[in-house]
Amino acid sequence: MSLSELLYMLVYVVGVMAFVGLNAAYLVLAERKGAGRFQRRPGPTEVGYAGWLQPIADGVKLLCKQLIVPTGADATVFRLAPLLVLIPSMMCLAVISFSETLYGRNINVGLVFVFAFGAINVMAIMLSGWASRNKYAIISAARVVSQDVAYEIPMLLVVITLLMVTGTMNLREIVDQQAGWFWHWNLFRLDVNPLMPVTFIIFFTCMLAETNRSPFDMAEAESELVAGAFTEYAGMGFGVFFMAEYANIVVGSAMATVLFLGGWQSPFGIGSGVIWFLLKMYAVVFTVIWVRWTFPRTQFYNLLNLSWKILIPLSLFTLVLTAVMMKVLRA
Amino acid sequence: MSAPEIISTSDTPRETFVLNVGPQHPATHGVLRLKLTMEGEYVVRAEPICGYIHRMHEKMGENRTWAQFLPNTGRIDYLSAMTYNHAYVAAVERAAKIEVPLRAEYIRVITSELNRISSHLVWFGAFLLDLGGFTPLLYAFDDREQILDILEAVSGSRLTYCYYRFGGVCNDVDADFVRGCRNFVARMRPRLKMYKTLVTDNIILRKRLEGIGFINSEMCRKYGATGPVIRGAGVAYDVRKIEPYSIYRDFDFDIPTFPDGDCMARYLVRMEEMAQSLRIIEQAIGRFPDGPTLTHGVPRMLKPPAGDYCFAVEAARGRLLVRIVSDHREIPYRVRLRTPCFSNLSLFEEASAGMILPDALAELGSLDLVIPDIDR
Repeated sequence: MSLSELLYMLVYVVGVMAFVGLNAAYLVLAERKGAGRFQRRPGPTEVGYAGWLQPIADGVKLLCKQLIVPTGADATVFRLAPLLVLIPSMMCLAVISFSETLYGRNINVGLVFVFAFGAINVMAIMLSGWASRNKYAIISAARVVSQDVAYEIPMLLVVITLLMVTGTMNLREIVDQQAGWFWHWNLFRLDVNPLMPVTFIIFFTCMLAETNRSPFDMAEAESELVAGAFTEYAGMGFGVFFMAEYANIVVGSAMATVLFLGGWQSPFGIGSGVIWFLLKMYAVVFTVIWVRWTFPRTQFYNLLNLSWKILIPLSLFTLVLTAVMMKVLRA
Repeated sequence: MSAPEIISTSDTPRETFVLNVGPQHPATHGVLRLKLTMEGEYVVRAEPICGYIHRMHEKMGENRTWAQFLPNTGRIDYLSAMTYNHAYVAAVERAAKIEVPLRAEYIRVITSELNRISSHLVWFGAFLLDLGGFTPLLYAFDDREQILDILEAVSGSRLTYCYYRFGGVCNDVDADFVRGCRNFVARMRPRLKMYKTLVTDNIILRKRLEGIGFINSEMCRKYGATGPVIRGAGVAYDVRKIEPYSIYRDFDFDIPTFPDGDCMARYLVRMEEMAQSLRIIEQAIGRFPDGPTLTHGVPRMLKPPAGDYCFAVEAARGRLLVRIVSDHREIPYRVRLRTPCFSNLSLFEEASAGMILPDALAELGSLDLVIPDIDR
C-alpha cells in the first residue's frame, strides 16, 4: 500500500465519520423540523438562524452530562454497547460508493459485508438492554432480538432476488448495471420480475423494522417501555445510540438507493454523480421520517405475524418468480 | 392475524416479576401507579395503586361554605370541569330550591357540551400517543384551542372553570360567544371526518384496537363503570337520557353505543359523542332564549334546609354524582363525590388479566382516566 493510498484511506475514514456525525445531527433537526411541519408547528427555531444550531447545542448538552452506570449493571458491556451499535454502521458506509470516484473500498463482497455488519446492531441493542439491569430494557432487548431476526429473513430473501438479477455482490457493479434511463433501475426491472416494486416495498418495510423505526419502534416504545433498551443511558451514551439510529437509517437508505434506485446514476442517462445519490438517499430518508409521524405503532405480535406470515412468503414467491422468469428469458 | 391467545391466569407455579408502571410513566398520564405482575410480556395481575395525588376534596367541602367549594369542583376532573361545576351547583340548587333561568340552563348545556368535546379531544390525542402516534395529538389540540378560546371569553379560565353559580352562571354570554359556537360547529364537522379517514380507518390502528381489551356489560355492572366504557359494551346508559337533568330533555340527540366491548368500541363511542355534542350545541344556539342568567336573591351565605341531596350528571367520563348533606348551616355537613374514573379504573385489574403489555396499556388508555378524578 503506497503512502498516497494510505492517506486517501485516512481522509476517507475521517470523511465517513464526519458524514455520519453530521447526518445524525442534522437528520435529528430535519426530523424535528419535519415533524413540526406535519403537526402544524414550526419545530426548533431558537438556536441560531431558524434553529440551525440546535443539533450543536444538543450535542454540547449531551457531552456535558455525567455518564451514569446504574448500580449492579455490567459496566463494561454497558459502556461498550453504544459503540457496538455505531461502529458497524460506519463500517458499512466505507464500502458504499457515493459516486464513480467517491468510495472507500471497492470489494467484491460489498453486499455481504453491509448485511453482515448491519446484523451486529441487534446484538449491540440486546447487550445494552441486558447490561442495563432494568426490566423495561430487558423486555425491549427481547423484543429487538425477535423482531430483527424475523425481519432479517425477508430482507435477505429480497437481497438474494436482486443478487440473481445482478449476478454480482460488488456494489459498484450493481450500480453500473443500472446506468441509463430510469427504467434500467432495478426497481423497474419488470422484465425479470414483474413484482419488483413489491420487492422494494418489502425491502423498505424490513429496513424500517431493522432500524427500529416507527411503526416498528418496539425497542423504544416510549408509551410502554419508557425508552426501552436506552432507558438507563445518560449523556453521550444515549447520544451515541441516537447517532447510531440515524446512521443506520442512512445506511439503510443508501442500500435502498444502490440496490433499487440506481445509486449515483442519473434518471435521464446523462449527468450522473454524487448529487443523484444524495437526492435519492435523502428522499428515502424523508419517507422514513414521514412514516414515523403519520402512523401509530403496531403491536408486537402483529409485527411478527407480518414478517412470518406475509413478508417471508411474499419474498420467497418473488424469489422463485425471478428465478423462473430468468430461466425462461435466458432459454 | 388475531390477538394471541389469552393465557390462563390461574395455574400456579410460574416465574413472574413485578413491573412498576408509574407513578412516573408515559402511559399513565398522571401519577397513577400500576403494579403489574408480569410473566414475560403477559400481565398476570394489574394492581392500580391510587393516592399519589389525593387532595381530600370531600373533606375540603366540609370546612368551607357552600359557595367556597365551587372552585374545587373544577379541579377534580380538570378536563371536564364544567360538568363537575354543574353537578355540584345543581345539587345545591336542589337542596336550597333555587330556580334557574332558562337562558342560564341553555348556557350551561352549551358550555358543558363544548367542554365534553374538548375533553374527548384531549383523550383522542393522548390515546393515540399511547398507541405511538404523536401527530393526532397536535391536531386535536388545535381544535381544542378553539373551544378554550370560546370558554375563556365567558368564564375567564381555560381549564379549571368555575363558571356556574347557584341559580345560574356568573357572566352572560355575548354575540361573540354565539358566533364562536356556530363557527366551531361548522369547523368541527369536517375535522371529525378527517379524523375518521386519517386515524380511525388506519389499518395499524384498527389492528391495535379491534378485538383488544374486552369489557362486557356484566363487568361494567359489577364495578359500576359508566360513560363511554359501558356504552362501548352496548348498554345505552347515559344520565342525560336516563334521568334527564337541566334541559337535556328538549334536545334531539342519540346515545351512541357499540356492542363489541373492545377498545375500538370505546374509541368509536367517544368519536361519535363529539358529533352528538355538536348536534346539541347547534340546536341550543338555534333557539337561544333571552332573559336573565342568574336568579336574584340567592343569599351569599347559603343555608340549605337540613337534608340529604343528590344530583347526577353525565360527565365526559361517565356518571358523576354529587351527594351533599346539609344540617342547615353555612358549611356542608358532608360532600360526597361519586366520580366515574374511580369505577372505570376498578375494572382494569379484571379486564387486563392475561393481556400482553402493549394491549393492556391500550386498554388503560381507552378507559380515559384522569388521575385527580380517581384520587380526588
